[in-house]
Amino acid sequence: MTEEDLLQKDWYAVLDASPTDCLQVLKQKYQRLALLYHPDKQNPDTTVEQVQQCVQRFIEVDQAWKILGDEQTKRAYDLQRRGGGLAVGTLLLVEEDKYDSYSRMLLKYFLAEGVVCGHHVFLGSARDPPDEIMQDLPAPILDDIPSNAVNMGQVTACDSEDQGSMKIAWRYQNLPKVQTALASSSRFGHYYDASKTMARELREAVKCSTFFLPHELPAESHAEPSPISEAYRLLLRSIQELIRQEGFDGTAPQKSRNILRIGLHSLGSPLWADDICCEEKPTQASSLTSFLYGLRALLRSSLCTCMVTVPSHLIQNRAIMDRVTRLCDTAIALESFRGSERETNPLYKDYHGLLHVKQTPHLNCLVCEAPDTKDLAFKLKRKQFSIERLHLPPDLSDTVSRSSKADVAESARLLSSACGGLATSNKHLDF
Amino acid sequence: MMLPDLGSLLGFSTEKIEKGDFILLSDRNADASFLINHFLSLYLRAGCKVCFLGLVQSFSHYSAVALRLGVNLVQAREQGQLVFLEGLKDSVGQLLQQGPDSEAYPMGFLRGSQTDLRSLFRFVQRSVGGAGEWSPSILLVDDLSVLLSLGVSVEAILDFSHYCRTTVCHQLQGNMVMLVRVGEDEDDEEGPELLLKALTHQCSLALSIQGLPTGYCRDIHGQVEVRWKERGPGAAGPGGALAQKKLLQYKVHDKGVSFFARGTSSAVL
Repeated sequence: MTEEDLLQKDWYAVLDASPTDCLQVLKQKYQRLALLYHPDKQNPDTTVEQVQQCVQRFIEVDQAWKILGDEQTKRAYDLQRRGGGLAVGTLLLVEEDKYDSYSRMLLKYFLAEGVVCGHHVFLGSARDPPDEIMQDLPAPILDDIPSNAVNMGQVTACDSEDQGSMKIAWRYQNLPKVQTALASSSRFGHYYDASKTMARELREAVKCSTFFLPHELPAESHAEPSPISEAYRLLLRSIQELIRQEGFDGTAPQKSRNILRIGLHSLGSPLWADDICCEEKPTQASSLTSFLYGLRALLRSSLCTCMVTVPSHLIQNRAIMDRVTRLCDTAIALESFRGSERETNPLYKDYHGLLHVKQTPHLNCLVCEAPDTKDLAFKLKRKQFSIERLHLPPDLSDTVSRSSKADVAESARLLSSACGGLATSNKHLDF
Repeated sequence: MMLPDLGSLLGFSTEKIEKGDFILLSDRNADASFLINHFLSLYLRAGCKVCFLGLVQSFSHYSAVALRLGVNLVQAREQGQLVFLEGLKDSVGQLLQQGPDSEAYPMGFLRGSQTDLRSLFRFVQRSVGGAGEWSPSILLVDDLSVLLSLGVSVEAILDFSHYCRTTVCHQLQGNMVMLVRVGEDEDDEEGPELLLKALTHQCSLALSIQGLPTGYCRDIHGQVEVRWKERGPGAAGPGGALAQKKLLQYKVHDKGVSFFARGTSSAVL
């Protein structure tokens, strides 16, 4: 069975289960079906063809359990089935962590994915020259030809070993070998090695447009009254021109349909000539929001997707941040533990920070996709940036200290979503 | 007790539409956009002339949602029953100050040369007048608070809503539905809170959506508070002429929304 088949086949139907069933239920269903179709359990009167069919079914059931029983492969399979990623025409907002280390990493992953998929990439920044950011993208882990050959080699070695007759399981002798593990990469999404930089040839194979504010802003600006500031206006115009020229909005014919990936770094920071990070009552309070409105308009009418990072921890006026969030489709916030007292807190020792899901998009429908859990944390291992469900270790001490309890309540408060209000703070629920 | 849909909750029906109502939708820490979609399909099915100011989403988004609720927006627009302003479409041109500056553009306030929403109001006036076979006239706005994000002052928005109410509710005896979104803290903000308070004072029916006070729940998306104002002697509103309040919880589905009394969600029972 090739990998294609592994991903295409409906394993839930094989086990007569649904994707929402928990592991326990899946296991029960597997065991029941395995007993039903096990060749040794069949009636001795059944014909050879029926026995063959049973064996076939049994192998399928076994394969289904191998994929759905292991959390990692199940997740990969579910993702493949459901699809995912960023919808074209939407805007992702990432609220930066205090030192802009992890949010920058996410931006680089976003751009790297664009390069690997062959999309047209647009990068706008005001602080770091875009070329520097582009030169520092993580290297993708691609399924090269050499590693495939290694796999093939291993398989043939196995074959020659087992060519000899099977003594006990002789019924299975003539059946084809079954691949038991999904390869790491699939057509959907890619994995990256954070410790290596992307090769220049790979990067230069895609079209990349950049916008660096210090180069674009004229020395003297005539201030016309407008809800949007000059810096953002220039950025918006630059994006609009690119969309028109390359035909992402369907006006000019595109040779082959492609997507424009827009990455904008640290919007709202003072380097974008914006004072929402400096003042509580800024003079240009609606500048960033007007820009985001225009950006939303552009995205909704073209084949683009965009990721914006904003240093929200610097914005003092809460109302502005709420408005910014509402003008985006998906919004997440990164809260790094570095420099805070949580860094040494044993509760969080496995993680580098928390990831808050502030908003999920309504894509042409009434409901939005509600996540299973809003308690997510991230960690940066040497090669990989991973996001996981937050597991607090069990409280095994005899006398539970007051400080750790207060901390849990605080994090529970922070983890309450955009949908629910704040849990009334000091009453932590004891179970 | 499950109230199956919005219409029965409010005592509305497609056969009989109240006249001169100003319905205010608001949300705090939640998303009330499902309500505006419901009202849109309710009024279109009742045969009203609808003017919809869709300032935050594209036409195809509303169209896709309306199809799930059983209404075809494309057809309604072609037949003239629906006049739709797609705010996003013209906005970039106005923000970048491209094209001529004229009062004819409803989104012209984005240029910055206008301090009020006059051109937007003129558009509304043109659209709701001359009802013809469709009646009464309805104005729906999604949403009003995005105008604050675009640099319009609270006074200008209140003026606009006042002009609209006079035209739509009093002169034409139609209805007006507006959505206002506010943030979490009640004392912090000035703009949206002021707007909400002023409009609550003027409206005849207020629906406010909030998240649950105990936090996030997958099965109960939030709670809605419905408040009727007194309409005057002899007015027939649910429960009579006195101001009445109802508090319910809701869950949004793919094809609608279900309301239920607090604590009676199917997830709990």
